[in-house]
Amino acid sequence: MTTCKIEVAGLRKSFGSLPVLRDINLKVDTGSVVALIGPSGSGKSTLLRCLNLLVIPEGGRVRIGDHSFSFDQGAKLPGVREQARFRSTTGMVFQHFNLFPHMTVIENVMEGPVWVKNMPKAEAADRARKLLAKVGLSDKVDVFPNKLSGGQKQRVAIARALAMEPAVMLFDEVTSALDPELVGEVLGVMRELAAEGMTMIIVTHEIGFAREVADRVIFMRDGVIVEAGPAREVIGQPKQEATRSFLSHFHNRG
Amino acid sequence: MYQWHFDIVWGYRWLFVSGTAVTIGLTVAVVVLGLLVGLVAGIAQISRFPVLRWLSWLYIEMFRLTPLLVLLLWFYYALPMMTGIKLDALSASIVTLALYGGSFYAEVIRGGIVSIDPGQSEAGLALGMTPARVMRRIVLPQAIKRMIPPLMNQSIIQFKNTSLVSVLAVPDLLYQGQVAAMDTYRALEVYTVIAAIYFVVLLPLTVIVKRAERHLAQST
Repeated sequence: MTTCKIEVAGLRKSFGSLPVLRDINLKVDTGSVVALIGPSGSGKSTLLRCLNLLVIPEGGRVRIGDHSFSFDQGAKLPGVREQARFRSTTGMVFQHFNLFPHMTVIENVMEGPVWVKNMPKAEAADRARKLLAKVGLSDKVDVFPNKLSGGQKQRVAIARALAMEPAVMLFDEVTSALDPELVGEVLGVMRELAAEGMTMIIVTHEIGFAREVADRVIFMRDGVIVEAGPAREVIGQPKQEATRSFLSHFHNRG
Repeated sequence: MYQWHFDIVWGYRWLFVSGTAVTIGLTVAVVVLGLLVGLVAGIAQISRFPVLRWLSWLYIEMFRLTPLLVLLLWFYYALPMMTGIKLDALSASIVTLALYGGSFYAEVIRGGIVSIDPGQSEAGLALGMTPARVMRRIVLPQAIKRMIPPLMNQSIIQFKNTSLVSVLAVPDLLYQGQVAAMDTYRALEVYTVIAAIYFVVLLPLTVIVKRAERHLAQST
């Protein structure tokens, strides 16, 4: 039986007078992988950031697991602590890694468990070592991030997010800043996570990867969901002209 | 041809030593207090509460855009008339210099904080940290590294600024020099020695700042 892990209803957001999300509705089943694709400025990154409240929506509802927030008029906005507690249940990986440069690799991974979950340092270090082994970086435990390649940095960032044992992982164009030859190692880690049953939402331009790993693909343009469905259908036989035209840019890369 | 008589000045050496000690002590006090004030005002500048931002802006501009000499006289002579709070010369000097320096420190501290990539805060928030914890654990440790050279520069200026407290008869280096000059009628020798002492005390500090700047330029 599948249960619905993430539910978004009527989500709205604008930056100034520019609407970036208009009435977004979305459901993600537990253990499923959803890929968000679309041109730049389509609102897919903003949607992802609304899911962990790095961007506060202006209307609609967001539910992840048992936490649910309403952003409609009159609804009480979550306070600073409530937001923090909510974010600790989601893991996010960023396009530009955002590793903490003043900490070693293992300290980066321990930071969340130690300072958010008050986990004893020894236990956090144990967990960090296991996660770093999982992403293939056991030999980089004590180095600083500036000594790592882009692909290695991004794998550390994934380990750092996983250390919080999140219910959901959010990936925001995590391979876009990487040299082409380093993309594979990061996608490999994500593929493994998906196979383990992690619930994942992936904003990506890697259409081939989306088709292979995602259960569902959502195509967005101008702040609305244009087309959503099983990955093979949306990418293989898109129904909407806008989706077709967007995907035509990728056909030589499929 | 002018005959230099530094031997006369030598007789006042203990006056200079005590003046230098007062100047250094005063500097330490106003740097430490100024940094505390500056940290509070600098963080208030980027607060999410408009009232705090506005208050700290008012404080910073009021002290940055007023001559220090005017402020010293105001705190010593005008403040008691207005409020009944009478500060002795030393306290008035410390309060004024700390607030004056703090307004400059605040700008350095604010600038250092906003120079850190917003992605760093986002990464901390995404882990579930509160904004205050993100500031302490993620942003400040990185920002402080960048702030150190400009903060040290500002502190060197503060050291020199302390010479103004002599107008309130605080017995700092310059005040003691004036005493010696009037005593001996040897203004040229005395003030040359006074200038040399300020220079000699500050020289090693400027070397340290230069090194820190170079070190910082290398470590990205």
